[in-house]
Amino acid sequence: MPTMDPNRKKSKPVDLVDSVDSRVELTESTRSCPFPDEVLERVLSLIDSHKDRSSVSLVCKDWYNAERWSRRHVFIGNCYSVSPEIVAARFPRIRSVTLKGKPRFSDFNLVPEDWGADVHPWLSVFSSAYPFLEELRLKRMAVSDESLEFLATSFHGFKALSLLSCDGFSTDGLKAIASHCKNLTELDIQENGIDDLGGHWLSCFPESQTSLEVLNFASLNSEVSFDALEKLVSRCKSLRVLKLNRNISLDQLQKLLLHCPQLMELGTGTFMQELISGPVTEFKNMFSNCRKLVTVSGLWDATPLYLPVIYPVCASLTFLNLSYATLQSSELANLLFHCRSLRRLWLLDTVGDKGLEAVGSCCPLLEELRVFPADPFDQEIFLGVTESGFVSVSRGCPKLRHVLYFCRQMTNAAVATIARNCPDFTHFRLCIMNPGQPDYLTKEPMDEAFGAIVKTCTKLQRLAVSGLLTDRTFEYIGQHAKNMETLSVAFAGNSDLGMECVLKGCPKLRKLEIRDCPFGNAALLSGLTKYESMRSLWMSACNVTMNACRMLAKEKPRLNVEVMRDEEGSDDSQAHKVYVYRSVAGPRRDAPPFVLTL
Amino acid sequence: MDQKRSTLNLFENIDLATELRLGLPGTDDQPEIKTSLSGNKRSSSEIGSSASCKDEDESSFSPPAKEQVVGWPPVRSYRKNILQVKKTEPETGSGMYVKVSMDGAPYLRKLDLKMYKSYEELMKGLQEMFKCIIGLYSEREGYNGSQHALTYEDKDGDWMLVGDVPWEMFISSCKRLRIMKSCEARGLGDFL
Repeated sequence: MPTMDPNRKKSKPVDLVDSVDSRVELTESTRSCPFPDEVLERVLSLIDSHKDRSSVSLVCKDWYNAERWSRRHVFIGNCYSVSPEIVAARFPRIRSVTLKGKPRFSDFNLVPEDWGADVHPWLSVFSSAYPFLEELRLKRMAVSDESLEFLATSFHGFKALSLLSCDGFSTDGLKAIASHCKNLTELDIQENGIDDLGGHWLSCFPESQTSLEVLNFASLNSEVSFDALEKLVSRCKSLRVLKLNRNISLDQLQKLLLHCPQLMELGTGTFMQELISGPVTEFKNMFSNCRKLVTVSGLWDATPLYLPVIYPVCASLTFLNLSYATLQSSELANLLFHCRSLRRLWLLDTVGDKGLEAVGSCCPLLEELRVFPADPFDQEIFLGVTESGFVSVSRGCPKLRHVLYFCRQMTNAAVATIARNCPDFTHFRLCIMNPGQPDYLTKEPMDEAFGAIVKTCTKLQRLAVSGLLTDRTFEYIGQHAKNMETLSVAFAGNSDLGMECVLKGCPKLRKLEIRDCPFGNAALLSGLTKYESMRSLWMSACNVTMNACRMLAKEKPRLNVEVMRDEEGSDDSQAHKVYVYRSVAGPRRDAPPFVLTL
Repeated sequence: MDQKRSTLNLFENIDLATELRLGLPGTDDQPEIKTSLSGNKRSSSEIGSSASCKDEDESSFSPPAKEQVVGWPPVRSYRKNILQVKKTEPETGSGMYVKVSMDGAPYLRKLDLKMYKSYEELMKGLQEMFKCIIGLYSEREGYNGSQHALTYEDKDGDWMLVGDVPWEMFISSCKRLRIMKSCEARGLGDFL
C-alpha cells in the first residue's frame, strides 16, 4: 500500500490556491469521491491494462491524479508521440517502461539507418525522474553501448532488460549490463542488429548474481564460456527461461539441464551431435527431470536421430518454435504425434503440406500458427506450403486465432474454407510471396479470400493482405472489419477508393501501413479527420505528392507529417515515403537530413 | 492519372484503371515472372535482363525470371541472415565439385554433388569411382557390414558422418568427402 508521499501532500493546497474555478471543481469531485486518495490509488493500482487506465484518467481530476500516481508501468507505442519530459511530468512513480520506435517496415529495410528512435534522451530524463526504474522493454529503438552502460550505472535497482529488433549496440553493451546490474532478473536479447564481438559478456556476470529468471541469448552468434554459463545457471535457482545460442552442443545442454529442472522455457543449442562422443541413448533422459517445461525453441540442425530426445516433454508443451529447424514432413509428424497440448506452433515451410496435415491431426488445441519461408527468394529449392496445407490445419484446429502464413500459391476458395473452419481469427496475416499474384486456379484477384475473412471473422484485430487485389478487397474491409486495428497492404488496389474505404469504414483502425499501391493524394487526404485517432500511417512507393503532405500538415498541426527523401532525389514533387503520426511533443528535433517534417 | 501510370506501370499499353494484372503485352496467362511494382527508381534500375518472356515485344525492358523487391517478402533481416548462412551458394553457376579422398589411395578425385539427387545415387557414384563397397548408412546399423565409412567436412570445418541430414542440407554444407576405413571409424561404430 503506497504510503503518503509528503511531496504529494504539498501539491494539493497549491491546486486549491491556484484558481477559484479549480476549487469549485475540487469540491464537486470530492463530493463524488468520498474516500481518501490513498484508497482510490490503491484500487486503481490493481488495474494493469493501459487502455483501462487511460479511460480511468478521463473520469475527473481526482481520478486523473490518482491514476497517474498509481501507475507503475507506461507503454509508449511510438517514441515520437510524446517526449520523455512529458511522461516524467505526468507519471511520477514509474518502475517499468515499454518503448517502441521505428515504423514496422524498418524490419524489412524500408527505413534508412540513422532515422532516429534513439533511446538515450529517454534514459537521460529517466535517470533523474525514475531512479528506481526496474524494467525497460525496447522494440525497434536505436541503442548504443554508451546507452547500455548509462542504463547499467544509473539505475541501481534495475531488473529487466528486453531488446527486440533494436540496433546500434554490441556485446560490449551487454558486458556493462551483466557487470553492473546486481539485481538483474531478466536479460532478453532478441533478433537485434547487434555487433557480436564475442561471448565474453556472459562471463561478466559476477558470482553474486543469483537472481536471473530470464536469460535469452539465442540470437547471438559468438561462443560463450560454457564454464561461466554452467556456473551461472546452477546458482540462479529461479531461472525459468533459458534460451541458448547455436554454439551450445547437446552435451552441454544436458549438463545445463541438470542444474535447472525448474525451467519453463528452453531454447536449445545445436540439436545434433557429431558421432564421436557417443550414442544417442545417452541423451535419452536429458529431459526427464524437466517437469515444468512448456516452451521449447531452437532445435538448430535437429535431425531425425536426435529429435526423439525431446519426446518425453512433448505432452506438456504449449509452445513449440521450430522456425529454425529445417524439418521435413515426416520428422514433424513423428514429433507432433507427441505434442497434443500445443497452443502455439512456429514452423518453416520445409515441412510442406504433408507436415501441416500432421498439425491438423495432432494439435486440436492450436491457437497460433506461424509458417515462415525457408527460402524466401529462391523458388527452385522448395515449393514450401500451399493452400492445401493451410486448409488441413484449419480443419483440425478450429480454435486458431493467430496465423502468419507465407506461401507461393493460394486460392479464394481455400481461404473461404479456412474462414469457415476458424471463425475466431484475431490475427490473420497471409503473405503470398509473389507480389500481385492472383488465385492460381481461377486467375482471379484474391478479393473474395479476404472478403471471406472479414465477413466471417468478426473478432479480427490484425490483417495483412497480399496477392492480386482490387479495390473490392478494401471495400469489404471497410464494410466488415469493424474491430480491425492494424492493416498491412502491399502491391494492392486500383485507385484511391481502396484506401478511402478503409479510412472511412474501420472505426478501430490504429495502424495502417501501405507500400507500393496506387493510392494518391485524395486517399491520403480522405483520412484527414481520422489520423489523430490512430497511432500512425505509413505510405511508401504510392502516389502521394509533397503538396498533399503539406496540406495535411497544415490542416492538422497535431500530426507529424514526415517525408523521407529518396537518396537519388529524383522527383522532388513526389513523396516517396510518408510517415504520419499523432504527437503531443511537436515535430521531431532529432530528425536526420533525409527526414523532412512538414 | 498519368503520374500514377509512370510510377507503377512498368509496361506500356496496359490500362490500370480497368484491370490490374501483371503481364507483358500479349500474354493472357498468369505470368511466371515476378515484377516489381515499386515506384522507387532505384529498384527499377536494378532490374537485370537475365531472362525474358517469349511473348515480350514492345515492352521497354525485360524483367528477369526472378527478381528481388526491396523488403519483400516481409521477412526480418535476422531470419533472412540465418537462413542464408544455412545455405551456401555453389562457387560456380553450375556444378558443386568437392574433393573426395579415400584412405590408402594415393590420389584424390573430384565429383559434382549436383549430379546426384539422393544418398543412394551418391553411394553408387562413389562405388563406381573407387571400386569399393560402402553401402548405405542406416540409422540402426550404421555402415555395418562394409569396410568403409563415408564422412564429409561441413562448412564449419567439422567432420560428419554422411547420411544424417536431409539431402538438400547435405549438399549445401558439404565441402569435401572422405572415405574412411571402418576400423578407423570405430567411434562411429560404437554409436550404434
